[in-house]
Amino acid sequence: MIGLGLLKAMRVTLRNALKAPFTIQYPDRKVGIVGAAKEEGKSPIGLVATQPVTAAKAAMSMYSVPVNIPQNRRFRGNEFTWYEDRCTGCASCAKYCPLGIIEIVTSPGGFDVQEGESYAIDVFDIDIGRCMFCGLCVEACPYDALHMGSHFERSKYERDALVIPVDELRQALKEPSSWFRPQFEERDYDPFRDGAEDDHYKVGRHEKPSDETLDERWVEER
Amino acid sequence: MNSPFLDNSLFRNIYCYLASGSDDCAARGYDMAILPSGLEWLAFALTAFIIINIVINAGLGAVIVYIWGERRILGRIQNRTGPNRWGPFGTLTSVADAIKTLFKEDIVPDEADRWLFNLAPILMVFPVLMVLSVIPFGVGTFVVDLNVGILFVIAITSMSGISVVLASWASGNRIAIFAGMRSVAMLISYEIPMALSLIGVLMLAGSMSLGAIVDAQDIPFILVQPLGLFVFLLAAQAETSRTPFDLIEAESELAAGYLNDYSSMKFGIFFLAEFLATIVASMLIVTLFLGGWRGWEPIPSQIWFAGKTVLVLLFIMWMRFSWPRLRVDQILALAWKGLFELTLINIFVTAILIAIWPEPSVTELLIMSAINWVVFFISIWAVSKLLRPGDYTAPAPREDRPSYPVATDELPDEVAYTGGATR
Amino acid sequence: MTTQVRTEPITVNLGPQHPSTHGVFRMRVTFDGEEIIDVEPIFGYLHRGSEKLAEERTYVQVVTLTDRMDYVGSMLNNQAYMLAVEKLGNVEPAPRGVWLRMIASELQRIASHLVAVGFLIQDLGAWGTPLIYTMREREKILDLFEMLCGARITNSYLRPGGVFMDAPAEFWPAMNAVLDELPPRIDDLDDLLTDNDIIFSRTKGVSVLTPEQMLDASITGPMLRAAGVDWDLRHRDPYDYYDQVTFERPLHTAGDNFARYWVRVQEMRESIKIIRQCEKLIEPGPVRPEHDDVPWLLRPPIGDAYAAIEHSKGELGFYLVSDGSISPYRCHVRAPSLINLTLLREMLVGELLADMFVSFGSVDINMGEVDR
Repeated sequence: MIGLGLLKAMRVTLRNALKAPFTIQYPDRKVGIVGAAKEEGKSPIGLVATQPVTAAKAAMSMYSVPVNIPQNRRFRGNEFTWYEDRCTGCASCAKYCPLGIIEIVTSPGGFDVQEGESYAIDVFDIDIGRCMFCGLCVEACPYDALHMGSHFERSKYERDALVIPVDELRQALKEPSSWFRPQFEERDYDPFRDGAEDDHYKVGRHEKPSDETLDERWVEER
Repeated sequence: MNSPFLDNSLFRNIYCYLASGSDDCAARGYDMAILPSGLEWLAFALTAFIIINIVINAGLGAVIVYIWGERRILGRIQNRTGPNRWGPFGTLTSVADAIKTLFKEDIVPDEADRWLFNLAPILMVFPVLMVLSVIPFGVGTFVVDLNVGILFVIAITSMSGISVVLASWASGNRIAIFAGMRSVAMLISYEIPMALSLIGVLMLAGSMSLGAIVDAQDIPFILVQPLGLFVFLLAAQAETSRTPFDLIEAESELAAGYLNDYSSMKFGIFFLAEFLATIVASMLIVTLFLGGWRGWEPIPSQIWFAGKTVLVLLFIMWMRFSWPRLRVDQILALAWKGLFELTLINIFVTAILIAIWPEPSVTELLIMSAINWVVFFISIWAVSKLLRPGDYTAPAPREDRPSYPVATDELPDEVAYTGGATR
Repeated sequence: MTTQVRTEPITVNLGPQHPSTHGVFRMRVTFDGEEIIDVEPIFGYLHRGSEKLAEERTYVQVVTLTDRMDYVGSMLNNQAYMLAVEKLGNVEPAPRGVWLRMIASELQRIASHLVAVGFLIQDLGAWGTPLIYTMREREKILDLFEMLCGARITNSYLRPGGVFMDAPAEFWPAMNAVLDELPPRIDDLDDLLTDNDIIFSRTKGVSVLTPEQMLDASITGPMLRAAGVDWDLRHRDPYDYYDQVTFERPLHTAGDNFARYWVRVQEMRESIKIIRQCEKLIEPGPVRPEHDDVPWLLRPPIGDAYAAIEHSKGELGFYLVSDGSISPYRCHVRAPSLINLTLLREMLVGELLADMFVSFGSVDINMGEVDR
């Protein structure tokens, strides 16, 4: 009989309508009185008693709480994390970039923690307006000086402002992504949980896990 | 007839407040008069003006709320949240949309027929507002109770087809022309089952006045007239071009159909008319099949009416968001091969039952409804056998495809076209 | 007396800015009323010269270009390209890397089919409801990709001889959770769509293509299997370790829009089975060869190689010519989207306007791959 399939379809949509929405509300989320009380650090009744305006706003779903999107630690973010102490100015990253958006100018007389004497970096500009975040520059870096960042909120009104100059790279909050940095995952570093990693000694390449360790870990994971 | 309905309290209150000269008002205890005697015509005109304003503004307000509600419901059905940013629960979203629509640039294409282009939106919204004038919203809350109410509704809503054709023709846009052709085919086809589905209701109520039909519903006619409701629901969906019958503005085929070249408030008026038409259609369903404003006592009749309308709207949205669109030939086949026959069966069965019980009591109405529900299931099963797409077998490859010349850059007039030149 | 009404065909440009063309595609269509009497596809609006750009990039850098060809199937594109590079450079792949890329590409196949089904139903005029349901499931798979390689769409996960990095520990439980959730959701999709009378009557017997027609036009993939031709490269010419897993190849005989839709839904279920088997068979070990064996700047010997995989849309092949330098001398892509479009005229002529975009969507093309 025609129509039974249509009724089945309506049953599926009804079942989905009764589920909780799967939307992640970004950058903030509307909460009710309970959520607002939690945010203000009070009990719901206390909120109504002390801050009636806030409570009324929350009751009308006009109170919002900032939301952090769950990210994974390998996320290739757009602010590059660069440790100048580790960088020798070899320009491998600039060479391996498929788009050629990294500009490096060096002069003799710098110092590097691994190699000793090396080049001083005068210009290290990354034009992320054209960057496609493939991460090949990070993969190419022989001294683990350059890492992908872990953030993505860097929209600007002008294209020129999208270029990350060397000073900004020096001063930036260093929250490197663990993309192509197995040593981070080896010591269980998560930029979203652990925050900034300023110690450039810690970010260096360590011993790889041996085959036996891998074996054991695989058995445990099963 | 001593129905409380016949007393138009809205009109009476305003009129008697302005001019209390008449005996009628005095008898009801109105003794103030704002206007001096001799100006009763002015009071009459002013009252009419005020009521028209109330109805139109209430209609527009209802559309704003409806759009917000529809987007919220669509969000929930699709497992999203829907608009919730602007105002309490996102209620101001459609207000913001309306303001944005007002401030957009009003573009009239060069190819357009300017007069008709501007006339079409007005023609679209006008019949819908006219229908609002005959709907009884509650005890004493109506504009006019025409004794040919249903005829008036059917006659006036058929004008919306004209405006779609006008809009599509005046745009001078080829894609819009498709929408115009489809609207002619579909809207006219669905007028017939829509009108015929109401005949059962007319026979049961013995009147064409919408007020009298509500009065006659001692039990809601949804029980007695399931086939009528079924056909009317589908036909009303088609008339207001909602999914699965939305092929006039089919987004995935015609981009926006006849609305392609409209912008700014002309576009807004089209949208307003369309949403208002949906609300009016569900109000008609409530009036004709769900007992109108009738309900149990302490709750006022207007609330009953509004609540039932919201329920019908929710059902229509649910249907709309669950199903895809039918093809144009299938829609016409459904109207002529399916719904038309169902209405004829309905009229036949109802006529026999009325012949047996000319003045049915509630018990007799319940017996009639039992018979009608049996007829409902049997006839839908039978008609669906007729319309069945057939068992699924691999169709043979089509050999009869015509070979036509390749399209060129030349104008269609100059394309050598041989097949089907005359009809 | 009959009145003679003169009618004439009307030619309409549909696209490139049309809501249903899956990108920027243009069709110059001649209609007789609602019936299509001629179609002329015009494409190239998304041409980015990927094949030419590949000639001045190193073999690893080209991976980023393949991501952007079919952007709903980047893992599969990476896989096809890497197979060609390995064949060209005689690279012995690392087994764990191969298993990982099989898992990744089967996940990508599910995601790609979800997009195809969702947009096909969207073209039928459903109010976005099935589309949002399929997109919701696809989001979970993209989250897995983010866990695996840090990006959701443009993955660049694969490297010559394997993948760039082993899957993190949190990937396996997350993947199992997604795979457990998926079959009931596909059943939901069946309830919502496959049994739906409207979809059935809209797609049945529309745009029928016979196996002979399709073989003549070298059409591959779900389109071909929908007409009953058992041609699946994973089975006919097993690449990677597909000879070690068992799976069924869903076939339909009708060759119409419904069959194409049906085959895709069934293939999602088979992909889940394949991933489960891969998870059992995967062994610990390195995920890519040592740098000494496969250097970053790969210099394959002079010669050429063609490698093809069963993409979610059909046979995706990369033909690479090496002149011994660090970048390919020539890179040609056998793009299934483009080749499956060749029978568009045969599919559409004689059908109605309403079915036009449904048939178009049932080919499951991606403009990024058509124009490259």
